[in-house]
Amino acid sequence: MAYDGKDKILEDVTAKAYEFGFTTDIESDKAPPGLSEEIIRFISDKKNEPEWLLKWRLAAYEVWKEMEEPEWPHLSYNKPDYQGISYYAAPKQKKELGSLDEVDPELLRTMEKLGISIQEQKRLSGVAVDFVMDSVSVATSFKAKLGELGIIFCSLGEAVQEHPELVKKYLGSIVPTKDNYFAALNSAVFTEGSFCYIPKGVRCPMELSTYFRINESGTGQFERTLLVADKGSYVSYLEGCTAPQRDENQLHAAVVELIALDEAEIKYSTVQNWYPGDAQGKGGVYNFVTKRGICHERSKISWTQVETGSAVTWKYPSCILKGDHSIGEFYSVAVTNNAQQADTGTKMIHLGRNTRSTIISKGISSGRSQNSYRGLVQIMPSAENARNFSQCDSLLMTDTSGAHTFPYIEVKNPSAKVEHEATTSKIGEDQIFYCLQRGIDAEQAISLIVNGYAKDVLNQLPMEFAVEARKLLAVSLEGSVG
Amino acid sequence: MLKINQLKASVEDTPILKGLDLHIGPGEVHAIMGPNGSGKSTLASVLAGREEYGITGGTVDFDGQDLLDMDATERARSGLFLAFQYPVEIPGVSNINFMRAALNGKREHAGLDPIAAKDFLNLVKEKASLVELDGKLRDRSVNEGFSGGEKKRNEIFQMAMLEPKLAILDETDSGLDIDALRIVANGVNSMRSPERSFLVITHYQRLLDYIVPDFVHVLVDGKIVRTGGKELALELEERGYDWIKEGVVS
Repeated sequence: MAYDGKDKILEDVTAKAYEFGFTTDIESDKAPPGLSEEIIRFISDKKNEPEWLLKWRLAAYEVWKEMEEPEWPHLSYNKPDYQGISYYAAPKQKKELGSLDEVDPELLRTMEKLGISIQEQKRLSGVAVDFVMDSVSVATSFKAKLGELGIIFCSLGEAVQEHPELVKKYLGSIVPTKDNYFAALNSAVFTEGSFCYIPKGVRCPMELSTYFRINESGTGQFERTLLVADKGSYVSYLEGCTAPQRDENQLHAAVVELIALDEAEIKYSTVQNWYPGDAQGKGGVYNFVTKRGICHERSKISWTQVETGSAVTWKYPSCILKGDHSIGEFYSVAVTNNAQQADTGTKMIHLGRNTRSTIISKGISSGRSQNSYRGLVQIMPSAENARNFSQCDSLLMTDTSGAHTFPYIEVKNPSAKVEHEATTSKIGEDQIFYCLQRGIDAEQAISLIVNGYAKDVLNQLPMEFAVEARKLLAVSLEGSVG
Repeated sequence: MLKINQLKASVEDTPILKGLDLHIGPGEVHAIMGPNGSGKSTLASVLAGREEYGITGGTVDFDGQDLLDMDATERARSGLFLAFQYPVEIPGVSNINFMRAALNGKREHAGLDPIAAKDFLNLVKEKASLVELDGKLRDRSVNEGFSGGEKKRNEIFQMAMLEPKLAILDETDSGLDIDALRIVANGVNSMRSPERSFLVITHYQRLLDYIVPDFVHVLVDGKIVRTGGKELALELEERGYDWIKEGVVS
């Protein structure tokens, strides 16, 4: 009688196959496994890059060789064999694409399965999509429309060719090559990514969105995003991803750099759903991401993330509040299930006067997963009247999962006001029963309760993304009654 | 409507209900009274399908169906409603969305399409007025930050929305002041109909001044030991439970 017992439910969770686990059958042009100066030269050559960029890559490689993979995160995983990874793969599809009709139908089908049919997007929502399939961009839409406003939105490789002065000026300016182990690796071998530039005073009229997708077995994914919002401009940028099912671990070490010049505003939203591995934790993506933005005077950067995927997540979207009166925000929902592990949070570095930051982090742990929030709020001596508010909540769905909070607060200016609130709770049997008694089934009850819990973050997402994110939360936690 | 025969239930091997019989016909209002610890709230929870209770014997027929064979959601969708003694808070979930999910769950069970937005809002407006639930409370998170009285009014509002065949009110009067009690009782009374039955569980006779029962049962130590009309409640109020307990023992 009554709804299923705990064991049965745990079984259901673990039996749930990854919904987006499919692969696309496209031939690849692929480098042999291993990392060396030759491989970097090969990548740079394939990308037809200028000399300065090759040198930059090689310098990063030299730095990386001397660095060690970080041990401090609350994560346990087998370190990737960096010499066993192939660092370059490109679909064999060289032709320039003027319209969607020219896109490989197989690709279009993949996108449809992901629920992001470009035609639909184009027709209904006015979202320009730069769809990254493995390492080479294959479809970019709305470019002309954006071009009229002087907005540049293209692959990073294209930007290197077309706008070298912008790329040279900003690449690595926020996340230097030697910043950390994974950023150094990315700098040496990144193969694709997106570039976006919003000119002075321009308000980007549509949500810019990039879908990343790992599609080549054994290929690491080293994306690099560079987004520059010039003075007084505004842009909302969406990044979302799902990945096909794999047996071996896939390394994903991306770098995202945001530059908000004076009075600019950048809203950067992510829904991350990389393949988390099977119920035993086998396979799944390793997601080691460095995301950071700099705020100049009176500018604002807002990070919103919904993290449900990956076997291992290591990610701290951060803001350097350099300009006076600048604002940094971080809104995060991180869901871990089965054997997933996440160590995620943010850094808010206050340098300017009257700088403000807000951190809202909602962790949800199910199965046997481990979910950690790690955050730093740093008020430097120059940051007169800085303000921070942090709220870090953890919700446990099962007795076997873990939630951890590692807040670091460093205040070097006595005028600062820093507030930190944290809670940990277990999903209430009483709440679930209350829903059941009203005729709401167990799955929907959990979805309601969890979405309610994460509401403050989900509300920050653009409308169409929020809908997707709510569904994703429900799917990620199906069967998770503790 | 509801036929309980020799129902036995326990929590962690401690028997609470020890062979309870109760028959409720359509349109009837039955009150169950009894001292603390007699099993009143256990009966409500068992009927609603709460998992922690083990059923060790007996049968329950609900409108021709085997109630004990259904899970909590099915029971609710089939028309059984429990107004909780302690309504639960669900932060971040608006009362309105919660009710829409509940109502659509019930409609799905009945083979109906989800309710249209406009119809839903009209229904909310109509039912909320029954218990004087203002717009603010409808839009707030489920029971979050509600006063005791507001929570109980919200329970009756939900009951009105879901139009159950059988409504169980579990000590709905506890923690209510006289005004709130009157509002709640008016809400219940306005829903009385020849098709709808009520099981009113209460410790005090006071509620029964407002919701007048057809039958009053006294529950002692997991069994119904006495049944009478509404005057039995008055007698209990006057004499307490001890004389009945003594009668049971001897």
